[in-house]
Amino acid sequence: MKEISEMKLPDNVKYTDDHEWAKDEGGNVKIGITDYAQDQLGDIVFVEMPEVGATYEKGDEFGTVESVKAVSELFMPICGEIVAINEGLEDAPEQVNSDPYDGGWMISVKPSDTGELDALMDKAAYLDMLKG
Amino acid sequence: MTEKMGTTGLILKEKLLWERGKTGREGFSFPRQDVDQTPMDPEFARDDLDIPDLSEVDVIRHFTRLSTWNFGVDTGMYPLGSCTMKYNPKTNERQASLPGFAGAHPLLPESLSQGALELMYNLERYLAEITGMDAVSLQPAAGAHGELAGMLLIYAYHKSKGNQRHKIIIPDTAHGTNPASAALCGYTPVPVKSNERGVLSTEDIAAVMDDDTAGIMVTNPNTLGLFEENMKEVADIVHAKGGLVYGDGANMNAVMGIIDMKEIGIDVLHLNLHKTFSTPHGGGGPGSGPVCVNKILEPFLPVPRVEKKDGKFRLQYNRPDAIGRLMTFHGHFGIMVRAYSYILSMGPDGLKKASQLAVLNANYIKEKLKDIYHLPFDRPCMHECVFSDKHQSGNKVSTLDIAKRLLDYGFHPPTVYFPLVVSGAIMIEPTETECKDDIDQFIQAMRDIAGEAKENPELLHKSPEKTKVSRLDEAAAARKPCLAG
Repeated sequence: MKEISEMKLPDNVKYTDDHEWAKDEGGNVKIGITDYAQDQLGDIVFVEMPEVGATYEKGDEFGTVESVKAVSELFMPICGEIVAINEGLEDAPEQVNSDPYDGGWMISVKPSDTGELDALMDKAAYLDMLKG
Repeated sequence: MTEKMGTTGLILKEKLLWERGKTGREGFSFPRQDVDQTPMDPEFARDDLDIPDLSEVDVIRHFTRLSTWNFGVDTGMYPLGSCTMKYNPKTNERQASLPGFAGAHPLLPESLSQGALELMYNLERYLAEITGMDAVSLQPAAGAHGELAGMLLIYAYHKSKGNQRHKIIIPDTAHGTNPASAALCGYTPVPVKSNERGVLSTEDIAAVMDDDTAGIMVTNPNTLGLFEENMKEVADIVHAKGGLVYGDGANMNAVMGIIDMKEIGIDVLHLNLHKTFSTPHGGGGPGSGPVCVNKILEPFLPVPRVEKKDGKFRLQYNRPDAIGRLMTFHGHFGIMVRAYSYILSMGPDGLKKASQLAVLNANYIKEKLKDIYHLPFDRPCMHECVFSDKHQSGNKVSTLDIAKRLLDYGFHPPTVYFPLVVSGAIMIEPTETECKDDIDQFIQAMRDIAGEAKENPELLHKSPEKTKVSRLDEAAAARKPCLAG
């Protein structure tokens, strides 16, 4: 278990209350779970992904993440269509633990409303939330 | 530091049966053949059947050695929260092995099954009396099957009213299988958070209960080990909107003969004979999950029903509103015999006393550990108490480390990381089985471990050290399962 000061929280992603991150990659938005989320969940053993082409509203459940402790839902930070999923997680779900913002990304979404991303928390706001 | 019960000892390694076997070994001799040999139709033959050749000694040593690696309630305290791992009195086994029960064939006609049917009839009545409900079916094969039976009954009830509903309210302190049972029945679970006291608030239920909601599934006492003190009011709200109340009776061990479930508004309740009524559990079954109902739901109970007419017992199938059959033959009959034996051995006063002691034991542990382990809800509990690793996590010691270290002290770990409403939950259910000496020893072990967590966290990360195998890599086992044999 990490202290909050030990958490990796990049500046170039946005954060949600449910501990997902979203990163603008010049049109499409990559989504995963934060360092805090993976640390709380413990060793992740399976990530259930949506179908490419599916569309979701903001807040919809797009998949689940299973750790040795529990199964947790994954929620859409924004509305949009799934344009890609990280197929590498099927064989190596541990990347979510070891590299949550890069190798451990989960989905790439074509946003319906680009403004939604701006409404998410930045690093400072997320850090405040974690500190309670 | 007190002397630990856990010690090291000579434990023998054991191979898989497939590695033990050798071509030509046999377990027994076939009797002399007194009919002509007939070749088998090749359609039924296969050449890839991988069954090892073993002698009787091979098999006996294999399973005896494996049994020495095991830890059961006959070995020591097994405080696995919400599982009620109480001692299974040996007289239950004796009654179940009586030849008239053990040898009874399920296809015997009713006239030759009177004793078995009478036992089922009486057991149903006893369970009705213990819970306060009107009628019982013994068919469901285990707890989650009992939940499904309850949901099917609620479904049948709404269907009979010509007005099927689509949602079920499920509190976050309900048992984990509840939403699955509701969903399996076609209902959409609607989650409701428990309040700051760890129980349901009437306002939260009133806010979600509507005309499209079939009812609510409440685990009472809930998975925080707390009694749902607003149960009657919650039931009134659900009933007023035409819904029904399902009670998950998995935690019935706290309230046997104390709470009248019908009186507090429960319409249907399942029981776990393998928890509350001391039949064996933990080895994968068989369990038994009878479903108890009030008069409104009785017509829908699964068939066949055991009936008594003119002093004779018979199976009644002619019940037009019944949800059908849920289980082959008579259900898990051998388990029913054990539960019946337990109920008769204990009597009404004994069962009530068992619940009182189960609650007393849990409260004793709660009071003796709450200065050193974080207690999220500091109030009287029922048959189990829930701590967390909050005070230990500063030293990087987690619930899992504490649970693993308990093995070295000679105790089975409690339930961990459940209920989900408490982060890092440690859920302790001592049951009435344990005497004060043993509970004190458990408390001392938990206190010693809290000390080790401060002084030597690394020891806990590496634990257990005395078991046959040390810390297993659960993540690797789940990520890359390798099933041999």
